[in-house]
Amino acid sequence: MILAYAPQAASLPMVSGDEFVPPGPEIFYLPLIGEGEWAITEQMVWGGVSVVIICTALLMLTRNLSIVPSKSQFLLEGFYNFTRNGIARDMIGSKDFLRFVPLLFSLFTLILLNNWYGVLPPVMNPTYGRIGFAIAATVVVYVVYHWIGFKRYGFTGYFGHMIPEGLPGFIKPVIFPLELITYFITRPLTLALRLFGNMFAGHILIVLFVSAGAYFLTQDVVFKLLAVPTFLMAAIMWLFEALIQALQAYVFTLLSASYIAGALAEEH
Amino acid sequence: MLNFAAALPGAVVTVAGAEKPPLIPYIPELIFGFVMVGIVYVVVSRKVVPNIERAYEERRAAIEGGMQQAEEAQAAAAAALQSYEAQLADARAEANAIREQAREEGASIIADMRNQANAEASRITESAKRQIEAERQQAVVQLRQEVGAMSTALASKIVGESLEDEVRQKGIVDRFLAELESGAVTPEKVGSQPGEATGADL
Repeated sequence: MILAYAPQAASLPMVSGDEFVPPGPEIFYLPLIGEGEWAITEQMVWGGVSVVIICTALLMLTRNLSIVPSKSQFLLEGFYNFTRNGIARDMIGSKDFLRFVPLLFSLFTLILLNNWYGVLPPVMNPTYGRIGFAIAATVVVYVVYHWIGFKRYGFTGYFGHMIPEGLPGFIKPVIFPLELITYFITRPLTLALRLFGNMFAGHILIVLFVSAGAYFLTQDVVFKLLAVPTFLMAAIMWLFEALIQALQAYVFTLLSASYIAGALAEEH
Repeated sequence: MLNFAAALPGAVVTVAGAEKPPLIPYIPELIFGFVMVGIVYVVVSRKVVPNIERAYEERRAAIEGGMQQAEEAQAAAAAALQSYEAQLADARAEANAIREQAREEGASIIADMRNQANAEASRITESAKRQIEAERQQAVVQLRQEVGAMSTALASKIVGESLEDEVRQKGIVDRFLAELESGAVTPEKVGSQPGEATGADL
């Protein structure tokens, strides 16, 4: 579905006469201000709103922290510790993890809120369903983990570090290209595509069920009855997507921490 | 969903080429994606994380300080307990010593008292004995006189004249009584009462 792109089908899923047009990739392109190559899209606006929400909320919540936490502070600490201890410390280790907590926490909050946009009215559209945002987040992680790897082991040392230790000498030339591909191509590619693909497909699924239900309502009685399970399915997908979206934010952050840990690790 | 409908005209009038295949990034969104991560990162790393970590540090210090205080209090309590126990042991030993001393003193007092009482008793007995002896002597003397007087009187009545002067002069009665005592004279049965009186008492 991702690759099935038809430029001529530049219309949203809608009920047009008797013909049902299923939702396609074009539903994600939503220019709001301007047009053409540099139009500001709806996702950019909501992404900006998410940045404002996150920064304001975090600044307000962490302004007056006390030794004995209030209820809101307790919740904030639980949320923060989920990234700090559950992801960063467990993956990177207690020695180095603290300096990566800001990045991982930023990524987690940003991706979580923007993913939940997919089930939250009035947005109902996950920002990371546009691959540009997913690539941006991935590039940040990609640059960071290679940067710290080169910094710690030196240019050649970092490449040597990629080969797992304890391998017999004749296997190393075989493993090295594989590891090179993993470090430089597979990891960033999968990181970006996993996030984008889940958001993209989930949004299309919800739109499909809703638009199909709306279409059924315009048809005969039999089809009108069919609209009920269709809308029910849309509601189930809505709940399911809420779960997937949180999970993808977690997975993205967890894998970022894992790649950082891999670049830092003394040995594999 | 409504916002899709609102955005619909925009999508329809899109210039061909701006809408790309889903895997090709839309450049403004790519740039804005960096901007979003950057802004959140700056805020989080400059303010949010330092604030929270400082609170954690303060909490850790407070807990450690509290634990140190508790340890100090515990040590003080242990020291106090030890001193109390030492004091208690001292007091107990002292009490034992006092009790022992008291027992000894009591025993010596009892012994003293007993001696004193014995002495007193023997003294009382002695004096009583002496008194009884004296009284007996007195009684003997008096009896002797009375018996003498009575026997003189009786004899006078029998003889018919007063023998008193003569008795006094010659000591007849005394001699008679001395003879009675030595057994030289056997009392004769004159009547029941005088015989009994002389025989039993003397």
